[in-house]
Amino acid sequence: MSEQDVLVVADLEGDSISNGTLELIGAAGQWTETHGGQVLAALLSTDGASQAMRLAAADRILAVDNPVLAHYCPGPFLDALSEIVRREAPRLVLFASSTVGLDLAPGLAAVLKTPCLGNCRAFDAEGDAVMATCSYCSGKLVAELQAKGRPVVLTLLPGAFHPATRIGKGELEPVAMELAEGAIRFEEMILADQSDVDITQQDVLVSVGRGIQQEDNMELAQELAEALGGELAASRPIVDQGWLAATRQVGKSGMIVKPRLYLALGVSGAPEHVEGMSGSELTIAVNTDPEAPIFEIADYGVEMDMLDLMPELTEVLKRKRAVSYER
Amino acid sequence: MKIAVVLRQVPDPIEPLELMPDEKALDYGEAGFLVNESDEHALEQALLLAEDGTAEVTVLAFDFGDVETTLFSAAAKGVDRILTIPWEEPFPPGTDVATALFADAIRSVRPDCILIGCQAHDELEGAFGPRLAVELELPYLGVVRGVRQTAKEMVLEAHKEYPGAAKARMSVQLPAVLGILAADQPPRYVPVSRIREAMKSAEFEELELESVPPSVAVSVARLSFPLRGDGARMLEGNEREVAEQIAEILVEKGVLT
Repeated sequence: MSEQDVLVVADLEGDSISNGTLELIGAAGQWTETHGGQVLAALLSTDGASQAMRLAAADRILAVDNPVLAHYCPGPFLDALSEIVRREAPRLVLFASSTVGLDLAPGLAAVLKTPCLGNCRAFDAEGDAVMATCSYCSGKLVAELQAKGRPVVLTLLPGAFHPATRIGKGELEPVAMELAEGAIRFEEMILADQSDVDITQQDVLVSVGRGIQQEDNMELAQELAEALGGELAASRPIVDQGWLAATRQVGKSGMIVKPRLYLALGVSGAPEHVEGMSGSELTIAVNTDPEAPIFEIADYGVEMDMLDLMPELTEVLKRKRAVSYER
Repeated sequence: MKIAVVLRQVPDPIEPLELMPDEKALDYGEAGFLVNESDEHALEQALLLAEDGTAEVTVLAFDFGDVETTLFSAAAKGVDRILTIPWEEPFPPGTDVATALFADAIRSVRPDCILIGCQAHDELEGAFGPRLAVELELPYLGVVRGVRQTAKEMVLEAHKEYPGAAKARMSVQLPAVLGILAADQPPRYVPVSRIREAMKSAEFEELELESVPPSVAVSVARLSFPLRGDGARMLEGNEREVAEQIAEILVEKGVLT
Protein backbone atom coordinates (compact mmCIF):
# COMPACT_ATOMS: atom_id res chain seq x y z
CA MET A 1 0.00 0.00 0.00
CA SER A 2 1.37 3.41 -0.97
CA GLU A 3 0.12 6.95 -0.44
CA GLN A 4 -0.01 7.38 -4.22
CA ASP A 5 -1.93 4.24 -5.20
CA VAL A 6 -4.62 4.68 -7.81
CA LEU A 7 -7.71 2.48 -7.78
CA VAL A 8 -9.34 1.84 -11.13
CA VAL A 9 -12.92 0.59 -11.05
CA ALA A 10 -13.32 -1.96 -13.83
CA ASP A 11 -16.28 -1.21 -16.07
CA LEU A 12 -18.06 -4.20 -17.55
CA GLU A 13 -19.93 -4.22 -20.85
CA GLY A 14 -21.98 -7.38 -20.61
CA ASP A 15 -19.48 -9.97 -19.48
CA SER A 16 -16.41 -8.16 -20.80
CA ILE A 17 -14.11 -5.53 -19.39
CA SER A 18 -14.74 -2.33 -21.39
CA ASN A 19 -12.09 -0.61 -23.49
CA GLY A 20 -12.68 2.43 -21.29
CA THR A 21 -11.28 0.47 -18.35
CA LEU A 22 -7.98 0.08 -20.21
CA GLU A 23 -7.91 3.86 -20.66
CA LEU A 24 -8.41 4.21 -16.89
CA ILE A 25 -5.44 1.92 -16.28
CA GLY A 26 -3.42 3.93 -18.81
CA ALA A 27 -4.26 7.14 -16.93
CA ALA A 28 -3.48 5.52 -13.58
CA GLY A 29 -0.15 4.31 -14.96
CA GLN A 30 0.80 7.86 -15.97
CA TRP A 31 0.16 8.99 -12.39
CA THR A 32 2.15 6.19 -10.74
CA GLU A 33 5.10 6.71 -13.12
CA THR A 34 5.33 10.31 -11.91
CA HIS A 35 4.28 10.02 -8.30
CA GLY A 36 4.95 6.40 -7.38
CA GLY A 37 2.41 3.96 -6.00
CA GLN A 38 0.64 1.07 -7.65
CA VAL A 39 -2.27 0.68 -10.03
CA LEU A 40 -5.06 -1.26 -8.34
CA ALA A 41 -8.10 -2.55 -10.19
CA ALA A 42 -11.40 -3.28 -8.45
CA LEU A 43 -13.28 -6.04 -10.24
CA LEU A 44 -16.82 -6.67 -9.03
CA SER A 45 -18.41 -9.74 -10.59
CA THR A 46 -19.25 -13.36 -9.97
CA ASP A 47 -16.06 -14.76 -11.45
CA GLY A 48 -13.11 -12.36 -11.30
CA ALA A 49 -10.59 -14.99 -12.38
CA SER A 50 -12.16 -15.20 -15.84
CA GLN A 51 -11.87 -11.43 -16.35
CA ALA A 52 -8.50 -10.80 -14.74
CA MET A 53 -6.37 -11.26 -17.89
CA ARG A 54 -7.86 -8.05 -19.39
CA LEU A 55 -6.68 -6.19 -16.30
CA ALA A 56 -3.14 -7.55 -16.31
CA ALA A 57 -1.72 -4.05 -16.84
CA ALA A 58 -2.72 -3.28 -13.25
CA ASP A 59 -0.42 -4.26 -10.41
CA ARG A 60 -3.11 -5.72 -8.17
CA ILE A 61 -6.53 -6.93 -9.21
CA LEU A 62 -8.88 -6.86 -6.25
CA ALA A 63 -11.61 -9.29 -7.22
CA VAL A 64 -14.83 -9.39 -5.25
CA ASP A 65 -16.79 -12.47 -6.36
CA ASN A 66 -20.36 -12.55 -5.15
CA PRO A 67 -23.66 -13.70 -6.68
CA VAL A 68 -25.24 -10.30 -5.98
CA LEU A 69 -22.65 -8.75 -8.32
CA ALA A 70 -23.85 -10.75 -11.35
CA HIS A 71 -25.46 -7.59 -12.76
CA TYR A 72 -25.13 -3.96 -11.80
CA CYS A 73 -27.25 -3.11 -8.78
CA PRO A 74 -26.37 0.11 -6.97
CA GLY A 75 -26.50 -1.12 -3.36
CA PRO A 76 -23.99 -4.00 -3.31
CA PHE A 77 -21.72 -2.32 -5.87
CA LEU A 78 -21.46 0.84 -3.79
CA ASP A 79 -20.97 -1.18 -0.58
CA ALA A 80 -18.19 -3.26 -2.16
CA LEU A 81 -16.35 -0.25 -3.54
CA SER A 82 -16.64 1.69 -0.28
CA GLU A 83 -15.13 -1.25 1.57
CA ILE A 84 -12.24 -1.63 -0.90
CA VAL A 85 -11.43 2.08 -0.71
CA ARG A 86 -11.46 2.01 3.08
CA ARG A 87 -9.10 -0.98 3.10
CA GLU A 88 -6.69 0.27 0.44
CA ALA A 89 -6.84 4.05 1.05
CA PRO A 90 -5.83 5.02 -2.52
CA ARG A 91 -4.96 8.58 -3.51
CA LEU A 92 -7.31 8.50 -6.49
CA VAL A 93 -10.29 6.42 -7.59
CA LEU A 94 -10.95 6.40 -11.34
CA PHE A 95 -14.25 5.60 -13.04
CA ALA A 96 -15.22 5.48 -16.70
CA SER A 97 -17.91 7.98 -17.74
CA SER A 98 -20.23 5.05 -18.39
CA THR A 99 -23.88 4.69 -17.42
CA VAL A 100 -22.71 2.77 -14.34
CA GLY A 101 -19.74 5.03 -13.56
CA LEU A 102 -22.01 8.07 -13.61
CA ASP A 103 -24.07 6.49 -10.80
CA LEU A 104 -21.24 5.12 -8.73
CA ALA A 105 -18.56 7.84 -8.78
CA PRO A 106 -20.56 10.66 -7.14
CA GLY A 107 -22.26 8.14 -4.85
CA LEU A 108 -18.92 6.75 -3.64
CA ALA A 109 -17.56 10.27 -3.12
CA ALA A 110 -20.64 11.18 -1.09
CA VAL A 111 -20.39 8.04 1.05
CA LEU A 112 -16.69 8.71 1.71
CA LYS A 113 -17.24 12.49 2.06
CA THR A 114 -14.54 13.17 -0.45
CA PRO A 115 -14.36 15.26 -3.66
CA CYS A 116 -15.61 14.04 -7.03
CA LEU A 117 -14.65 15.58 -10.37
CA GLY A 118 -16.52 14.70 -13.55
CA ASN A 119 -15.59 14.55 -17.26
CA CYS A 120 -11.81 14.80 -16.68
CA ARG A 121 -9.39 14.85 -19.61
CA ALA A 122 -6.17 15.40 -17.58
CA PHE A 123 -5.11 15.34 -13.94
CA ASP A 124 -2.01 15.76 -11.80
CA ALA A 125 -0.90 16.55 -8.25
CA GLU A 126 -0.17 20.04 -6.95
CA GLY A 127 1.05 19.78 -3.38
CA ASP A 128 -1.67 18.11 -1.36
CA ALA A 129 -4.29 18.87 -4.00
CA VAL A 130 -5.30 17.16 -7.20
CA MET A 131 -5.63 19.41 -10.25
CA ALA A 132 -7.90 18.22 -13.03
CA THR A 133 -8.86 19.60 -16.41
CA CYS A 134 -12.50 18.84 -17.10
CA SER A 135 -15.03 19.36 -19.84
CA TYR A 136 -17.80 21.74 -18.72
CA CYS A 137 -21.11 22.92 -20.18
CA SER A 138 -21.30 20.18 -22.80
CA GLY A 139 -17.73 20.83 -23.91
CA LYS A 140 -18.20 24.57 -24.52
CA LEU A 141 -15.87 25.37 -21.61
CA VAL A 142 -12.82 23.86 -19.99
CA ALA A 143 -12.65 23.89 -16.18
CA GLU A 144 -9.39 23.60 -14.27
CA LEU A 145 -10.37 22.31 -10.86
CA GLN A 146 -8.54 21.85 -7.60
CA ALA A 147 -9.69 19.10 -5.24
CA LYS A 148 -8.54 18.58 -1.68
CA GLY A 149 -9.31 15.35 0.08
CA ARG A 150 -8.41 11.70 0.04
CA PRO A 151 -9.20 9.92 -2.10
CA VAL A 152 -10.27 12.14 -4.97
CA VAL A 153 -12.82 10.40 -7.19
CA LEU A 154 -12.62 11.16 -10.91
CA THR A 155 -14.66 10.11 -13.94
CA LEU A 156 -12.56 10.22 -17.10
CA LEU A 157 -13.80 11.20 -20.54
CA PRO A 158 -13.57 8.40 -23.09
CA GLY A 159 -10.66 8.81 -25.48
CA ALA A 160 -8.87 11.36 -23.28
CA PHE A 161 -6.22 8.84 -22.22
CA HIS A 162 -4.37 6.15 -24.12
CA PRO A 163 -5.21 2.56 -23.19
CA ALA A 164 -2.65 0.97 -20.91
CA THR A 165 0.59 -0.17 -22.51
CA ARG A 166 2.36 -0.66 -19.19
CA ILE A 167 3.19 -4.10 -17.90
CA GLY A 168 1.73 -4.50 -14.44
CA LYS A 169 2.20 -7.30 -11.98
CA GLY A 170 -1.37 -8.40 -12.63
CA GLU A 171 -1.69 -10.15 -9.28
CA LEU A 172 -5.19 -11.45 -8.69
CA GLU A 173 -6.29 -11.01 -5.08
CA PRO A 174 -9.68 -12.41 -4.11
CA VAL A 175 -11.39 -10.08 -1.64
CA ALA A 176 -13.80 -11.73 0.75
CA MET A 177 -16.80 -9.58 1.52
CA GLU A 178 -20.33 -10.02 2.82
CA LEU A 179 -22.76 -8.22 0.52
CA ALA A 180 -26.52 -7.91 0.74
CA GLU A 181 -28.98 -7.36 -2.09
CA GLY A 182 -30.17 -3.79 -2.08
CA ALA A 183 -33.57 -2.21 -2.57
CA ILE A 184 -32.89 -1.89 -6.31
CA ARG A 185 -32.58 -5.22 -8.10
CA PHE A 186 -31.78 -6.36 -11.61
CA GLU A 187 -34.60 -8.23 -13.33
CA GLU A 188 -33.62 -8.65 -16.98
CA MET A 189 -31.68 -7.13 -19.84
CA ILE A 190 -33.79 -5.86 -22.73
CA LEU A 191 -31.73 -5.77 -25.92
CA ALA A 192 -32.17 -3.35 -28.81
CA ASP A 193 -34.93 -3.93 -31.34
CA GLN A 194 -33.25 -6.07 -34.00
CA SER A 195 -35.84 -5.24 -36.68
CA ASP A 196 -34.57 -1.69 -37.23
CA VAL A 197 -31.61 -0.73 -39.40
CA ASP A 198 -28.27 -1.35 -37.70
CA ILE A 199 -26.62 2.07 -37.93
CA THR A 200 -23.28 0.63 -36.85
CA GLN A 201 -23.11 -1.13 -40.23
CA GLN A 202 -23.94 1.90 -42.43
CA ASP A 203 -21.41 3.69 -44.65
CA VAL A 204 -23.32 6.96 -44.64
CA LEU A 205 -25.15 8.47 -41.68
CA VAL A 206 -27.09 11.73 -41.62
CA SER A 207 -27.26 12.56 -37.95
CA VAL A 208 -29.65 15.20 -36.63
CA GLY A 209 -29.54 17.12 -33.36
CA ARG A 210 -31.53 19.85 -31.68
CA GLY A 211 -31.10 22.08 -34.72
CA ILE A 212 -33.88 20.12 -36.43
CA GLN A 213 -36.23 22.07 -34.13
CA GLN A 214 -39.43 20.14 -34.79
CA GLU A 215 -40.59 16.69 -35.83
CA ASP A 216 -42.03 17.89 -39.15
CA ASN A 217 -38.51 18.78 -40.27
CA MET A 218 -37.35 15.16 -39.93
CA GLU A 219 -38.73 14.60 -43.43
CA LEU A 220 -36.12 16.97 -44.86
CA ALA A 221 -33.36 14.99 -43.14
CA GLN A 222 -34.84 11.70 -44.39
CA GLU A 223 -34.85 13.01 -47.99
CA LEU A 224 -31.23 14.07 -47.61
CA ALA A 225 -30.27 10.67 -46.21
CA GLU A 226 -31.96 8.98 -49.17
CA ALA A 227 -30.19 11.29 -51.63
CA LEU A 228 -26.91 10.19 -50.04
CA GLY A 229 -27.87 6.53 -49.98
CA GLY A 230 -27.54 6.57 -46.21
CA GLU A 231 -29.60 6.26 -43.05
CA LEU A 232 -30.81 8.65 -40.40
CA ALA A 233 -29.20 8.77 -36.97
CA ALA A 234 -29.60 11.24 -34.13
CA SER A 235 -28.27 12.67 -30.92
CA ARG A 236 -30.03 11.82 -27.66
CA PRO A 237 -32.51 14.76 -27.46
CA ILE A 238 -34.11 13.67 -30.74
CA VAL A 239 -34.61 10.14 -29.45
CA ASP A 240 -35.93 11.52 -26.14
CA GLN A 241 -38.54 13.41 -28.16
CA GLY A 242 -39.58 10.16 -29.78
CA TRP A 243 -38.75 11.44 -33.27
CA LEU A 244 -36.43 8.50 -33.97
CA ALA A 245 -36.06 5.05 -32.39
CA ALA A 246 -33.44 4.46 -29.69
CA THR A 247 -31.64 2.17 -32.14
CA ARG A 248 -30.73 5.31 -34.14
CA GLN A 249 -29.11 7.10 -31.21
CA VAL A 250 -25.37 7.77 -31.48
CA GLY A 251 -23.33 8.25 -28.33
CA LYS A 252 -22.56 6.98 -24.85
CA SER A 253 -25.90 5.32 -24.25
CA GLY A 254 -26.55 4.70 -27.93
CA MET A 255 -24.50 3.21 -30.73
CA ILE A 256 -20.81 3.55 -31.48
CA VAL A 257 -20.60 4.20 -35.25
CA LYS A 258 -17.68 4.41 -37.67
CA PRO A 259 -19.24 5.30 -41.06
CA ARG A 260 -17.37 6.56 -44.11
CA LEU A 261 -19.44 9.77 -43.88
CA TYR A 262 -21.00 11.25 -40.76
CA LEU A 263 -23.04 14.32 -41.67
CA ALA A 264 -23.82 16.02 -38.34
CA LEU A 265 -26.70 18.45 -38.72
CA GLY A 266 -27.54 20.72 -35.80
CA VAL A 267 -25.54 18.47 -33.46
CA SER A 268 -23.55 20.48 -30.87
CA GLY A 269 -20.97 17.78 -30.22
CA ALA A 270 -21.33 17.17 -26.49
CA PRO A 271 -18.72 14.67 -25.22
CA GLU A 272 -21.27 11.88 -24.80
CA HIS A 273 -22.26 12.21 -28.48
CA VAL A 274 -18.69 12.48 -29.75
CA GLU A 275 -17.92 9.26 -27.89
CA GLY A 276 -20.18 7.48 -30.34
CA MET A 277 -18.97 8.93 -33.65
CA SER A 278 -15.34 10.01 -33.28
CA GLY A 279 -14.22 7.00 -35.32
CA SER A 280 -16.04 8.25 -38.46
CA GLU A 281 -13.80 8.46 -41.54
CA LEU A 282 -15.19 11.80 -42.73
CA THR A 283 -17.26 14.16 -40.60
CA ILE A 284 -19.05 17.20 -41.99
CA ALA A 285 -20.78 19.35 -39.36
CA VAL A 286 -23.45 21.99 -39.89
CA ASN A 287 -24.37 24.23 -36.98
CA THR A 288 -25.44 27.85 -36.45
CA ASP A 289 -23.18 28.13 -33.39
CA PRO A 290 -19.56 28.81 -34.43
CA GLU A 291 -18.43 27.72 -30.96
CA ALA A 292 -20.16 24.31 -31.19
CA PRO A 293 -17.64 21.65 -30.06
CA ILE A 294 -18.54 19.49 -33.07
CA PHE A 295 -16.41 21.82 -35.24
CA GLU A 296 -13.34 20.77 -33.24
CA ILE A 297 -13.57 17.17 -34.35
CA ALA A 298 -15.20 17.57 -37.77
CA ASP A 299 -13.16 17.52 -40.98
CA TYR A 300 -15.38 20.14 -42.61
CA GLY A 301 -17.71 22.63 -41.00
CA VAL A 302 -20.53 24.89 -42.12
CA GLU A 303 -21.83 27.73 -39.95
CA MET A 304 -25.39 27.71 -41.21
CA ASP A 305 -28.94 26.72 -40.29
CA MET A 306 -29.35 23.06 -41.23
CA LEU A 307 -32.93 23.78 -42.28
CA ASP A 308 -31.68 26.18 -44.95
CA LEU A 309 -28.95 23.85 -46.18
CA MET A 310 -30.79 20.51 -46.28
CA PRO A 311 -33.12 21.17 -49.26
CA GLU A 312 -30.29 22.68 -51.33
CA LEU A 313 -27.94 19.82 -50.53
CA THR A 314 -30.59 17.22 -51.32
CA GLU A 315 -31.24 18.85 -54.68
CA VAL A 316 -27.55 19.10 -55.58
CA LEU A 317 -26.94 15.46 -54.60
CA LYS A 318 -29.95 14.23 -56.59
CA ARG A 319 -28.73 16.16 -59.64
CA LYS A 320 -25.21 14.75 -59.31
CA ARG A 321 -26.56 11.23 -58.98
CA ALA A 322 -28.82 11.70 -61.99
CA VAL A 323 -25.86 12.89 -64.08
CA SER A 324 -23.85 9.94 -62.84
CA TYR A 325 -26.58 7.46 -63.86
CA GLU A 326 -26.90 9.06 -67.33
CA ARG A 327 -23.22 8.39 -67.88
CA MET B 1 -47.59 7.57 -3.34
CA LYS B 2 -45.86 10.91 -2.87
CA ILE B 3 -43.36 11.93 -5.54
CA ALA B 4 -40.92 14.82 -5.20
CA VAL B 5 -39.34 16.28 -8.34
CA VAL B 6 -36.25 18.49 -8.24
CA LEU B 7 -36.14 21.18 -10.94
CA ARG B 8 -32.86 23.01 -11.51
CA GLN B 9 -32.09 26.08 -13.57
CA VAL B 10 -29.09 25.80 -15.89
CA PRO B 11 -27.49 28.26 -18.29
CA ASP B 12 -29.10 28.02 -21.72
CA PRO B 13 -26.64 25.86 -23.71
CA ILE B 14 -27.65 27.51 -26.96
CA GLU B 15 -26.74 31.05 -25.89
CA PRO B 16 -23.10 32.22 -25.86
CA LEU B 17 -21.46 31.82 -22.45
CA GLU B 18 -19.51 34.66 -20.82
CA LEU B 19 -16.91 34.40 -18.05
CA MET B 20 -16.35 36.64 -15.04
CA PRO B 21 -13.15 38.77 -15.24
CA ASP B 22 -11.31 36.44 -12.81
CA GLU B 23 -12.21 33.51 -15.12
CA LYS B 24 -13.33 31.42 -12.16
CA ALA B 25 -17.05 31.45 -12.82
CA LEU B 26 -19.64 31.94 -15.52
CA ASP B 27 -21.03 35.45 -15.77
CA TYR B 28 -24.52 34.46 -14.69
CA GLY B 29 -25.72 38.03 -15.17
CA GLU B 30 -25.20 37.57 -18.90
CA ALA B 31 -26.60 34.05 -19.08
CA GLY B 32 -30.08 33.02 -20.05
CA PHE B 33 -31.56 30.27 -17.90
CA LEU B 34 -33.91 27.41 -18.50
CA VAL B 35 -34.98 24.28 -16.69
CA ASN B 36 -32.46 21.46 -16.86
CA GLU B 37 -33.57 19.19 -19.69
CA SER B 38 -33.44 15.88 -17.85
CA ASP B 39 -35.20 17.47 -14.83
CA GLU B 40 -38.02 18.33 -17.21
CA HIS B 41 -38.17 14.66 -18.17
CA ALA B 42 -38.22 13.78 -14.45
CA LEU B 43 -41.28 15.99 -14.05
CA GLU B 44 -42.96 14.36 -17.04
CA GLN B 45 -42.23 10.91 -15.59
CA ALA B 46 -43.76 11.95 -12.26
CA LEU B 47 -46.90 13.23 -13.99
CA LEU B 48 -47.21 9.98 -15.94
CA LEU B 49 -46.92 7.96 -12.70
CA ALA B 50 -49.53 10.22 -11.12
CA GLU B 51 -51.90 9.65 -14.03
CA ASP B 52 -51.44 5.89 -13.69
CA GLY B 53 -52.35 5.87 -10.04
CA THR B 54 -53.00 8.23 -7.21
CA ALA B 55 -49.60 9.83 -6.77
CA GLU B 56 -49.22 13.34 -5.48
CA VAL B 57 -46.47 15.34 -7.20
CA THR B 58 -44.50 18.03 -5.38
CA VAL B 59 -41.95 20.14 -7.21
CA LEU B 60 -38.94 21.70 -5.47
CA ALA B 61 -36.69 24.42 -6.88
CA PHE B 62 -34.29 27.15 -5.86
CA ASP B 63 -35.67 30.65 -6.36
CA PHE B 64 -33.00 31.42 -8.95
CA GLY B 65 -32.75 32.22 -12.64
CA ASP B 66 -35.96 32.02 -14.63
CA VAL B 67 -37.55 29.69 -12.10
CA GLU B 68 -40.98 31.37 -12.14
CA THR B 69 -41.50 30.45 -15.80
CA THR B 70 -40.50 26.87 -15.01
CA LEU B 71 -42.78 26.64 -11.99
CA PHE B 72 -45.82 28.21 -13.62
CA SER B 73 -45.36 25.75 -16.46
CA ALA B 74 -45.20 22.90 -13.90
CA ALA B 75 -48.36 24.22 -12.26
CA ALA B 76 -50.10 24.30 -15.62
CA LYS B 77 -49.06 20.70 -16.20
CA GLY B 78 -50.89 19.73 -13.03
CA VAL B 79 -48.40 19.31 -10.17
CA ASP B 80 -50.02 19.32 -6.75
CA ARG B 81 -47.55 21.40 -4.76
CA ILE B 82 -44.68 23.78 -5.50
CA LEU B 83 -41.98 24.51 -2.94
CA THR B 84 -39.25 27.09 -3.44
CA ILE B 85 -35.97 27.43 -1.59
CA PRO B 86 -34.90 31.08 -1.18
CA TRP B 87 -31.61 31.94 -2.90
CA GLU B 88 -30.32 35.51 -2.90
CA GLU B 89 -26.93 35.06 -4.59
CA PRO B 90 -26.39 36.05 -8.24
CA PHE B 91 -24.93 32.59 -8.92
CA PRO B 92 -26.55 29.17 -8.41
CA PRO B 93 -25.72 27.10 -5.31
CA GLY B 94 -22.73 24.77 -5.52
CA THR B 95 -23.17 21.01 -5.40
CA ASP B 96 -22.70 20.60 -1.64
CA VAL B 97 -25.02 23.47 -0.74
CA ALA B 98 -27.66 22.35 -3.23
CA THR B 99 -27.47 18.78 -1.93
CA ALA B 100 -27.88 19.80 1.69
CA LEU B 101 -30.71 22.28 1.06
CA PHE B 102 -32.64 20.06 -1.36
CA ALA B 103 -32.28 17.19 1.13
CA ASP B 104 -33.70 19.36 3.93
CA ALA B 105 -36.54 20.45 1.68
CA ILE B 106 -37.29 16.87 0.61
CA ARG B 107 -37.32 15.65 4.22
CA SER B 108 -40.08 18.16 4.90
CA VAL B 109 -42.18 16.55 2.13
CA ARG B 110 -41.45 12.93 3.15
CA PRO B 111 -41.89 11.54 -0.38
CA ASP B 112 -41.81 7.87 -1.35
CA CYS B 113 -39.96 8.58 -4.56
CA ILE B 114 -37.65 11.39 -5.62
CA LEU B 115 -37.19 11.99 -9.34
CA ILE B 116 -34.37 14.17 -10.65
CA GLY B 117 -32.63 14.57 -13.98
CA CYS B 118 -29.65 12.24 -14.10
CA GLN B 119 -27.36 14.94 -15.46
CA ALA B 120 -26.97 18.67 -15.94
CA HIS B 121 -24.44 20.27 -18.25
CA ASP B 122 -23.18 22.65 -15.53
CA GLU B 123 -22.23 19.92 -13.03
CA LEU B 124 -18.52 19.97 -12.21
CA GLU B 125 -18.56 17.44 -9.41
CA GLY B 126 -20.34 14.57 -11.07
CA ALA B 127 -24.06 13.96 -11.09
CA PHE B 128 -26.14 15.50 -8.31
CA GLY B 129 -28.65 12.66 -7.84
CA PRO B 130 -26.28 10.11 -6.24
CA ARG B 131 -25.14 12.74 -3.72
CA LEU B 132 -28.70 13.63 -2.85
CA ALA B 133 -29.52 9.95 -2.34
CA VAL B 134 -26.57 9.43 0.03
CA GLU B 135 -27.57 12.57 1.97
CA LEU B 136 -31.11 11.18 2.28
CA GLU B 137 -29.78 7.66 3.04
CA LEU B 138 -31.76 6.27 0.12
CA PRO B 139 -30.75 4.06 -2.82
CA TYR B 140 -30.14 5.68 -6.21
CA LEU B 141 -30.51 4.45 -9.76
CA GLY B 142 -29.51 6.79 -12.57
CA VAL B 143 -29.58 6.99 -16.37
CA VAL B 144 -33.18 5.78 -16.26
CA ARG B 145 -35.35 5.87 -19.36
CA GLY B 146 -38.89 5.12 -18.27
CA VAL B 147 -40.51 4.18 -14.94
CA ARG B 148 -43.69 2.16 -14.38
CA GLN B 149 -45.82 1.38 -11.37
CA THR B 150 -45.93 -2.36 -10.58
CA ALA B 151 -48.75 -4.33 -8.97
CA LYS B 152 -47.05 -3.71 -5.63
CA GLU B 153 -47.73 -0.21 -4.36
CA MET B 154 -44.20 0.54 -3.15
CA VAL B 155 -42.32 -1.12 -5.99
CA LEU B 156 -41.54 0.60 -9.28
CA GLU B 157 -40.06 -0.82 -12.46
CA ALA B 158 -37.28 1.35 -13.90
CA HIS B 159 -35.36 0.89 -17.13
CA LYS B 160 -31.68 1.75 -16.83
CA GLU B 161 -30.08 2.59 -20.15
CA TYR B 162 -26.95 0.85 -21.42
CA PRO B 163 -24.88 1.28 -24.59
CA GLY B 164 -26.25 -0.19 -27.80
CA ALA B 165 -29.85 0.84 -27.01
CA ALA B 166 -30.02 -1.93 -24.39
CA LYS B 167 -31.91 -1.46 -21.13
CA ALA B 168 -31.87 -3.24 -17.81
CA ARG B 169 -35.26 -3.74 -16.22
CA MET B 170 -34.81 -3.05 -12.52
CA SER B 171 -37.23 -3.34 -9.63
CA VAL B 172 -37.07 -0.44 -7.21
CA GLN B 173 -38.34 -0.85 -3.66
CA LEU B 174 -39.36 2.59 -2.45
CA PRO B 175 -38.32 4.95 -1.02
CA ALA B 176 -35.60 5.69 -3.57
CA VAL B 177 -34.07 8.41 -5.71
CA LEU B 178 -34.23 7.89 -9.49
CA GLY B 179 -32.05 9.82 -11.92
CA ILE B 180 -34.11 10.25 -15.07
CA LEU B 181 -32.50 10.51 -18.49
CA ALA B 182 -35.79 10.49 -20.36
CA ALA B 183 -39.43 9.92 -19.47
CA ASP B 184 -41.66 7.35 -21.13
CA GLN B 185 -42.87 10.16 -23.38
CA PRO B 186 -41.50 13.60 -24.26
CA PRO B 187 -42.33 16.43 -21.84
CA ARG B 188 -45.88 17.53 -22.54
CA TYR B 189 -46.67 20.78 -24.27
CA VAL B 190 -48.67 23.29 -22.27
CA PRO B 191 -50.61 26.00 -24.08
CA VAL B 192 -49.72 29.55 -23.12
CA SER B 193 -53.32 30.12 -22.04
CA ARG B 194 -52.98 27.45 -19.35
CA ILE B 195 -49.69 28.90 -18.16
CA ARG B 196 -51.36 32.33 -17.91
CA GLU B 197 -54.15 30.73 -15.91
CA ALA B 198 -51.59 29.11 -13.61
CA MET B 199 -49.89 32.47 -13.13
CA LYS B 200 -53.13 33.74 -11.61
CA SER B 201 -53.89 30.78 -9.39
CA ALA B 202 -50.69 28.84 -8.60
CA GLU B 203 -49.17 29.29 -5.17
CA PHE B 204 -45.50 28.76 -4.37
CA GLU B 205 -44.68 27.78 -0.81
CA GLU B 206 -41.37 29.31 0.26
CA LEU B 207 -39.39 27.08 2.59
CA GLU B 208 -37.35 28.44 5.47
CA LEU B 209 -34.18 26.39 5.66
CA GLU B 210 -31.00 26.89 7.63
CA SER B 211 -28.15 28.12 5.44
CA VAL B 212 -25.31 25.76 4.61
CA PRO B 213 -21.67 26.88 4.20
CA PRO B 214 -20.16 26.17 0.79
CA SER B 215 -17.63 23.36 0.54
CA VAL B 216 -13.96 24.14 0.00
CA ALA B 217 -13.07 20.62 -1.13
CA VAL B 218 -13.41 21.52 -4.82
CA SER B 219 -12.57 24.94 -6.23
CA VAL B 220 -12.38 26.35 -9.72
CA ALA B 221 -8.86 27.47 -10.57
CA ARG B 222 -9.83 28.70 -14.02
CA LEU B 223 -12.50 28.46 -16.67
CA SER B 224 -11.63 28.92 -20.32
CA PHE B 225 -12.97 28.32 -23.76
CA PRO B 226 -11.44 25.26 -25.44
CA LEU B 227 -8.27 25.99 -27.37
CA ARG B 228 -9.16 25.90 -31.02
CA GLY B 229 -6.92 23.49 -32.81
CA ASP B 230 -6.97 23.13 -36.54
CA GLY B 231 -10.56 21.95 -36.18
CA ALA B 232 -12.84 21.76 -39.16
CA ARG B 233 -12.10 23.39 -42.49
CA MET B 234 -15.00 25.81 -42.70
CA LEU B 235 -16.94 26.02 -45.93
CA GLU B 236 -18.13 29.50 -46.91
CA GLY B 237 -20.84 30.78 -49.23
CA ASN B 238 -24.61 30.71 -49.55
CA GLU B 239 -26.67 27.53 -49.22
CA ARG B 240 -26.30 26.53 -52.88
CA GLU B 241 -22.54 27.21 -52.93
CA VAL B 242 -21.97 25.23 -49.74
CA ALA B 243 -24.11 22.37 -51.05
CA GLU B 244 -21.99 22.25 -54.22
CA GLN B 245 -18.78 22.22 -52.15
CA ILE B 246 -20.05 19.37 -49.98
CA ALA B 247 -21.00 17.38 -53.07
CA GLU B 248 -17.50 17.92 -54.51
CA ILE B 249 -15.90 16.75 -51.25
CA LEU B 250 -18.06 13.63 -51.26
CA VAL B 251 -17.05 12.86 -54.84
CA GLU B 252 -13.39 13.51 -54.03
CA LYS B 253 -13.55 11.21 -50.99
CA GLY B 254 -15.34 8.50 -52.95
CA VAL B 255 -18.51 8.69 -50.87
CA LEU B 256 -20.54 9.94 -53.83
CA THR B 257 -19.94 8.28 -57.16
